[in-house]
Amino acid sequence: MPEITFYLNGKRAAAREGMTILEAAKANGVAIPHLCHAGYLEPTGACRVCVVEVEGARALMPSCTVKVAPDMKVKTGTKRVMRARRLVLDLLLSAHPLDCLTCEGAGRCKFQRYCYETGLKETRFKDVQKYEYPIYRDNAFYVRDYNKCILCGRCVRTCAEVQGDGIIDFAHRGFATMVSTPLNCTMEEAGCVFCGNCVASCPTGALVEKDAIGVAREWELKKVTTTCPYCGCGCQFDLNVKDNAVVKVSSSKKAPVNGIALCVKGRFGHGFINNPERLTEPMIRKNGKSRKASWDEAMELVAERLTEIKGKSGADCVGGLASAKCTNEENYVFQKFMRAVIGTNNVDHCARLCHASTVAGLALAFGSGAMTNSIEDIAEAEVILATGTNTTETHPIVALSVKRAVRNGAKLIVVDPRRIPLCDFAAMHLRQKPGTDVAWLNGFMNVIIEEDLWDREFVEGRCEGFEEAAAAAKKYAPERVEKITGIPAEELRAAARLYAGAERAAILYSMGVTQHTSGTDNVLAVANLAMLTGNIGRRGTGVNPLRGQNNVQGACDMGALPNVFTGYQKVTDDSVRRKFARAWNVKRLPPSPGLTVVEMMNAAAAGSLKAMYIMGENPMISDPDINHVREALKNLEFLVVQDIFPSETAAMADVVLPAVSFAEKDGTFTNTERRVQRVRKAIEPVGECRQDWEITADLAGRMGYRMKYADPAAIMREIASLTPSYGGVDYRRIEKENISWPCPDKKHPGTPILHADGFTRGKGKFHAVEHRDPDETTDAEYPLILTTGRMLYHYHTCTMTRRSKPIDEHVPEAYLEVNVSDAARLGIVNGAFCRVASRRGEIRAKAHVSDVPPAGTVFIPFHFAEAAANELTNAALDPVAKIPEYKVCAVRLAPYAEKAETVKY
Amino acid sequence: MKPLGNTRELERMREKLKSGIDPGRVVVRVCMTGCKAKGADAVAEALKSEISRKKLTRKVTLLETGCHGFCSMSPVAVVDPANVFYTRLTPEDAPEIVNETLVKGKVIDRLLYVNPLTGKRIVKEANVPFYRNQKKVVLRNCGRIDPQRIEDYLAGGGYSALAKALTAMSPEEVVESVAASGLRGRGGAGFPTGVKWRLALKERREKKYLVCNADEGDPGAFMDRAVLEGDPHAVLEGMLIGAYAVGATEGYIYVRAEYPIAIKHLRIALEQMRALGLLGGNILGSGFSFDVHIKEGAGAFVCGEETALMASIEGRRGMPRVRPPFPIQSGLWGYPTCINNVETLANVPAIMTKGHRWYAAMGTEKSKGTKIFALAGMINNTGLVEVPMGITLRRIIFDVGGGIPDGKKFKAALTGGPSGGCIPAKFLDLPIDYESLAQVGAIMGSGGLIIMDETTCMVDIAKYFMTFTQSESCGKCVPCRMGTKRMLEMLTRVSEGKGEMKDLGLLEETAETVKDSSLCGLGQTAPNPVITTLRYFRDEYATHIEKKKCPALKCRSLLTYTIDPQLCRKCHLCAESCPAEAIAGRKKEIHQVIEAKCTKCGTCYTVCPFDAVVLS
Repeated sequence: MPEITFYLNGKRAAAREGMTILEAAKANGVAIPHLCHAGYLEPTGACRVCVVEVEGARALMPSCTVKVAPDMKVKTGTKRVMRARRLVLDLLLSAHPLDCLTCEGAGRCKFQRYCYETGLKETRFKDVQKYEYPIYRDNAFYVRDYNKCILCGRCVRTCAEVQGDGIIDFAHRGFATMVSTPLNCTMEEAGCVFCGNCVASCPTGALVEKDAIGVAREWELKKVTTTCPYCGCGCQFDLNVKDNAVVKVSSSKKAPVNGIALCVKGRFGHGFINNPERLTEPMIRKNGKSRKASWDEAMELVAERLTEIKGKSGADCVGGLASAKCTNEENYVFQKFMRAVIGTNNVDHCARLCHASTVAGLALAFGSGAMTNSIEDIAEAEVILATGTNTTETHPIVALSVKRAVRNGAKLIVVDPRRIPLCDFAAMHLRQKPGTDVAWLNGFMNVIIEEDLWDREFVEGRCEGFEEAAAAAKKYAPERVEKITGIPAEELRAAARLYAGAERAAILYSMGVTQHTSGTDNVLAVANLAMLTGNIGRRGTGVNPLRGQNNVQGACDMGALPNVFTGYQKVTDDSVRRKFARAWNVKRLPPSPGLTVVEMMNAAAAGSLKAMYIMGENPMISDPDINHVREALKNLEFLVVQDIFPSETAAMADVVLPAVSFAEKDGTFTNTERRVQRVRKAIEPVGECRQDWEITADLAGRMGYRMKYADPAAIMREIASLTPSYGGVDYRRIEKENISWPCPDKKHPGTPILHADGFTRGKGKFHAVEHRDPDETTDAEYPLILTTGRMLYHYHTCTMTRRSKPIDEHVPEAYLEVNVSDAARLGIVNGAFCRVASRRGEIRAKAHVSDVPPAGTVFIPFHFAEAAANELTNAALDPVAKIPEYKVCAVRLAPYAEKAETVKY
Repeated sequence: MKPLGNTRELERMREKLKSGIDPGRVVVRVCMTGCKAKGADAVAEALKSEISRKKLTRKVTLLETGCHGFCSMSPVAVVDPANVFYTRLTPEDAPEIVNETLVKGKVIDRLLYVNPLTGKRIVKEANVPFYRNQKKVVLRNCGRIDPQRIEDYLAGGGYSALAKALTAMSPEEVVESVAASGLRGRGGAGFPTGVKWRLALKERREKKYLVCNADEGDPGAFMDRAVLEGDPHAVLEGMLIGAYAVGATEGYIYVRAEYPIAIKHLRIALEQMRALGLLGGNILGSGFSFDVHIKEGAGAFVCGEETALMASIEGRRGMPRVRPPFPIQSGLWGYPTCINNVETLANVPAIMTKGHRWYAAMGTEKSKGTKIFALAGMINNTGLVEVPMGITLRRIIFDVGGGIPDGKKFKAALTGGPSGGCIPAKFLDLPIDYESLAQVGAIMGSGGLIIMDETTCMVDIAKYFMTFTQSESCGKCVPCRMGTKRMLEMLTRVSEGKGEMKDLGLLEETAETVKDSSLCGLGQTAPNPVITTLRYFRDEYATHIEKKKCPALKCRSLLTYTIDPQLCRKCHLCAESCPAEAIAGRKKEIHQVIEAKCTKCGTCYTVCPFDAVVLS
């Protein structure tokens, strides 16, 4: 923007055109106080603390809204300005409780600060009415005390502009004006999702985190910026620490992915860190009895047993599960341990269970299996096609970009069997029958080709294999697709036209696409659609698989997969193997791909896999067909589990090694958009817990392999030296820069948008795909489809969220969702206990009766141990990616007459 | 009705309508809008049944019109062509009117208007001073046509201004003509309409809106209401011309839901316009298209502020936002939006037909044309008046308004309602225009004009209006939300005798800062009554504070009621009526007020038949 000059307090000053007076003054070193303004919100000019004198203007002007103009004469500290500012503060003070001694806001309260700076000790307004509002404690997460509210409206605007929900607004008029939910209902009734972004935006003590009340004063807190341990969005926040305990989480607009925004888990799900149930010392189980052990004893035992089993049965009789919750450095060390020390490629992790089909499918189509664009970029799309992603619940911060796009006029198409919350923002919602994605995706292609809406130039210039794919799509006329999927032909046509008609259209998908026996085909069909319309390689376009775990992208990147080393370098490639063998100082590395997660369980059950080393995973809840997993793990000769909590899986281990949580470690996570971000140590390890990488390296040493690193930065240096896509990543750089891989060298800025000029594999490859029925279909005995997934408040197997008090309080128990018509037919009322059974097991949970799931389909979140959905799911695998079919199996549902007790974890 | 394909068809229709009018026909014009409050419904009904009983329906027309303006004489009726003006009618008067005036052509003396100054009866409406001293441009049709019939409007030349604009003028020419006329915004701020339209015309966007601000909220003001009720087509024709001039394709009328008759008449008018092709696509075959929606307000004063008004139309809470961007740049849903007040728009057709020179010849150098005022308070002729700009306050109050009742002394006039200022007697010869009013600390406002006599307490007035603005403050900005509250508390204390002289300094400082730093016009003008009363009537504040007395005997807390034993006739009526049992004494005893119990409600004062209760 062009430079202009203006006069600031009599002196010439420079500013960029379009700057507000507030910004221009700040740029020139003049700080103007303000209460209602926040850089991440639209200026509103409500508090009038920032008023200044502008020559020629009749009244004082709010500097936060008025743009600076050439030669404008601005005065920020005249008598008139100071009189107004002081009076405005005085007016606020006249109604404000003077309880700074005990107020949670003290120390960070901007109002307190300005009164202090103005020397305003007491109000001049005597005998005045003050507020007498009740203090609202209507939810588990935060407390609202409107007596302290200065009505700056930051919470209202944050809810509307940042969170995009707008569930609070001003109510009443005059002195009685207050922030309120509709008709003053509870926050939950109003539809609050408890992101707490309003709390973060409050400049006073009116909104405070419930659990932090009375725990620490602002000035006692050490703030450490780190990356969230929950989903793959990669939010950054500050852990607020006092006495080696995390007191609360605060967010700041500086966070690159999320700014001030967090979701309920990120902001309120930190209680697990200092939870008393944490594993604090190693445990050894002998003859069915568990006892504490020293690190030395435990480690010696593990080293001895693994060495023994490897020697006796061969390296491939040992398997390892790395962890998408651990850092890149830890996953790197883990897979190095499995390959170089044990000598097997039997290493995998839970990515197998979520996005294995993405990694496989997008590698085939594009040459690179990751999100093509950035999260921020989604807001620039004209049309967004979201399928198989319950974005607002599973990737809340990505959803903010979607909502922002919609507010800016973008059209959202949701294709999902369930009426998920995102549908509230959608122009169209197509409800396909679970397991029919290839059919509707081919149907889209069919319409787009039939109506000549495709991007011929892009397809011909940058892709190959179009004819075969087009021939396959030709068979999927909308009327036929309607028969397979249940999506009305005309709706399919309209949606396809909408998608194809946009200049910039982005596809978002998640496990609704991947967790099928046809998962890889689904992904290929998605890729076909994007290539067909030329929606790749530009801003606001792309194929964007949303990764589920905080570091599932990184764990894959680090080679915690049975077929690749770091950066997807194939284990079958001789030169790659030689490179790693040289670097790792071993003679040879195993040349053939190892076992995947479910294959390991099958092998264990069959007796061919004898020992497992599991780091930070809980297959006893997360894997399909738990009964089978239980049998498999029981059948092992030796199981070592390294975790932060005594999980269901740890309960079966011979040795349990206590590791530190993300708050106690340094390292990096790679988020869903391939951005490598720092994790920073905020507190000293709890008990005797050790870093995961230290444990693994120690074990290597005890097994005769020297593995010594000074710190995680040193591990990253080794990763960079062996991994072309991470070649330019180092700790010093990511302190200052945002880097998304591929980043081959130190000068490379990173690649936020993939395939801009050409695909990673050269030309994009179309694949002809055909609809196949899911492995298990409904029948008379099991007449309903079960589909599983996640919900907003809980995370994965609940080891963390159920140990974070407010979250556990808010959603304390398992439930299942059933459509009103099915419920009526089966005699199930809302809140009633039900039993759900599949061919593999049975669970009981309370019914949520609604129109969210379609008729004929039951939805169960898989988080809860007492009603683990994976007791029911089918372990049938996608032939290419080996991902199990979590999204479709057949069940029957019935009311459960006896009053069942809620099993608390 | 058939849609009119072009302006020739419009003229043909007009000629046909005009030719059907018999100038000699007896027409009884009854106000059926404002006068309804005083029973005009029943009067009209009685007249109607009497006319039909006498089988006069073919000879006599009962015309149900809008407001005639003379509200203190309501219900009123005028019998044409003789122009006989009857006042304060009751249904019982109907047979006599029909038998005497309509049948025999006789004037009924007792129903005539009596000039309070001369004591003489006046027969003709045109000779009544209240009307004689007015200049009706905007109100030209009010009280003269049936607002529910577009035919009446057309016959009187309606939509010829639109036809002229569409056929003979480019949008630029329309804008320049309005600019040259000197018309300024009648909503109160007085922004030159031509300049606003010029800016709106310059905006090059695919869509523009034109909004008619009919959210008339000042207590005691009903100018816009009368125009909407009595001559809706004048406003709509103004909107059409405005829309053509600025290039708007869609319009809104934001009207208070408390104006049900105005809304009804607007709806009827819109329907008729649509039927005649005066609204919608390709109006009068000109290629110009425009449609209008009605948006009813929900009772918030602040929604008269243009940005709050737009928020309300968009379905959000009516709260003002900072300007710039001005609505002209970014208004409804981000599109350029030209917002004009009812009275402003109703001026436009006249400017088009008679020319900007004719218009600019009226008024002062900077304030052209006429202005409608709603006269209220301590004045004989309460009602609606339209006078040329520049007329003195004295002429409005005494010549048009008939002076102060009961021979009391004029004390102050408040223009602009709660946002206005109190103008003291020394400025009675002030010409009424935008600049002069601003100079004395008042504003033109939308046209509320409240007259106060010597019995008015200025502290009480300031308190009254501050009560209003405080409860209507939207709460967004601190100075307005908190400042009006704290000022109200200080004023209340003064009125209760609990004030201190040093409060006045803080009150003044608060008032000035609220004016200087509030976000919108509401807060920026809310302190005006306080500022002007402090400026012109400071001694009254001092008397309240220092002597704990209210000279006008209005501030209840400072009053004492006593019973004069000389005058008390021991009837006990006061004690019976007292709700607080604060009067001692049985029948046949002299009564006494027990001050500790007295709530100063004034009931005893009102009921005493012997004026024995003394107020001091």
